[in-house]
Amino acid sequence: MTTQSFTTQRRAAWRSYREQLAKSTARTLSRRRLVSQIMIALTFVAALVAVLPLTLITWHLLRQGASSINRDFFLHMPKPTGDAGGGMANAIVGTGVLVLIASVVGLPVGIFAGLYLAEQRGARLATGVRFLSDVLNGLPSIVLGIFAWGLLVRPFKHFSALAGGMALAAMMIPLVTRTTEEMIRLVPVSMREAALALGYTKWRTSLGIVLRTAMPGIVTGVLLAVARIAGETAPLIFTAFGNNFWSVSPFKPIAALPMQIYYYATSPYDDWHAQAWAGALVLLGLVLVISVAARFATRSRAGLGSD
Amino acid sequence: MDGLDAYFGAARVVRDVSFKVQSGQVTAIIGPSGCGKSTLLRCLNRMHETVPGARVEGEVRFQGKDIYGPSVSAIGVRRHIGMVFQRPTPFPTMSIRDNVSAGLKILPRSERPSRRETEEMVERALRRTALWDEVHDRLGANATALSGGQQQRLCVARALATSPTILLLDEPTASLDPISTQRIEELVYELRAEVTIIIVTHNMQQAARISDRTAFMLSGELVEYAPTNVLFTTPRDPRTDAYVTGRFG
Repeated sequence: MTTQSFTTQRRAAWRSYREQLAKSTARTLSRRRLVSQIMIALTFVAALVAVLPLTLITWHLLRQGASSINRDFFLHMPKPTGDAGGGMANAIVGTGVLVLIASVVGLPVGIFAGLYLAEQRGARLATGVRFLSDVLNGLPSIVLGIFAWGLLVRPFKHFSALAGGMALAAMMIPLVTRTTEEMIRLVPVSMREAALALGYTKWRTSLGIVLRTAMPGIVTGVLLAVARIAGETAPLIFTAFGNNFWSVSPFKPIAALPMQIYYYATSPYDDWHAQAWAGALVLLGLVLVISVAARFATRSRAGLGSD
Repeated sequence: MDGLDAYFGAARVVRDVSFKVQSGQVTAIIGPSGCGKSTLLRCLNRMHETVPGARVEGEVRFQGKDIYGPSVSAIGVRRHIGMVFQRPTPFPTMSIRDNVSAGLKILPRSERPSRRETEEMVERALRRTALWDEVHDRLGANATALSGGQQQRLCVARALATSPTILLLDEPTASLDPISTQRIEELVYELRAEVTIIIVTHNMQQAARISDRTAFMLSGELVEYAPTNVLFTTPRDPRTDAYVTGRFG
């Protein structure tokens, strides 16, 4: 009798516990669903806001600049104030010269520094170099401009494309160094060992096998670095200085697209404003093309193999 | 080799191992994981020292000379003692042809074969590894396009192209399926006439199938070294007996 009532009691308690649990589970479940939906909506809005500036900029540039882009813009020199027409041929070529100088100086240094960091990863010097290159990466670009001015402008008493190129190279080096290091680290140790076991010397393994295997990734990093420096203005203001005339000499001041945009945009003339818009559009297109090229270089990395 | 010790930093991984490998035979090294068999193998072509902090003591005599002797270069040793690893390691930037000839192209100018000779050596190496029929029409294709088993045979071909005296195989079938494993085993069996093979495996059946002599290692020590049929049927050491009969670990 007592046992029976005890069992009945236990069963009743168990049933009520189950019911409560079910109720509260249903409650928490619906609450969790709600929270989840809110979070998804928030992240979606954040993602939208993140791409909004680019779409707005592109749309704005197209509206303002597209009308001024024609053959003359690419092939002609700037006209004196008041004269209609003219183009930015010198600035487009100037940017090309500057990027070329920066690449010639910055790429070998950056790639070999990255190789060093990856191969000697534990060395104290490597740790120091890695830290300093991160610092250099975060340095405001105007500071790099001042550095190049002090080193290459003041002693020679005149501005030059070389000084501008060096300032851009100083920006490029840490970018290239770090991507090179990361890409080389992705090359499996087994690849290195296979080469050594075949009788490859250490340097031959590094250059012929490891660096070569990492190359597609490095190319991507290099292209992104180029895209980054092509649009820089600050380091050029007191190094390359700008030039209203045709010049490709590395020892003379040279025009550059970003600087030309700045001068034209701050001028009081309407037709110069239009040209500045067009220049900005061209610069955007340039960076876009380089980024897309980098994308394709990355895609061919898929051939690297599973491990 | 004689009184060989190998270290990783302060840890002694191989302890006072001495044994003699018969040329023209297949020697298998068996033992549980972590017993030092791979390390021992890597001491034989001076690959052990490429790991930071690793060092080797003792002697390894190859053709009468200690390969750790003062006038011997590691590069030269590795050219005569080839090695194939656990996982296939084709060079992904190279074609099938270039992978096989990779070891030939880096020889000093006086020893480097001409283009025609290289071409012949590539074909011979691919034929010996039974790859020729599968790849002869796409030698220019990327090596990563091959299957895992083909890649591993490509690695064997690459090691063979330089005509090494000894071939070291470090668990060459560990990452392969049974059919590919069988092909590698057949390959080892056929190659024994031309090249001395030392193979590390933790598959005892494999050792029993393909080797002439077997060495059993346990925690860095060489427990027993005997002709394969003797080691597997009438081992002298009780630990070997326990291991080969599966009563161990």
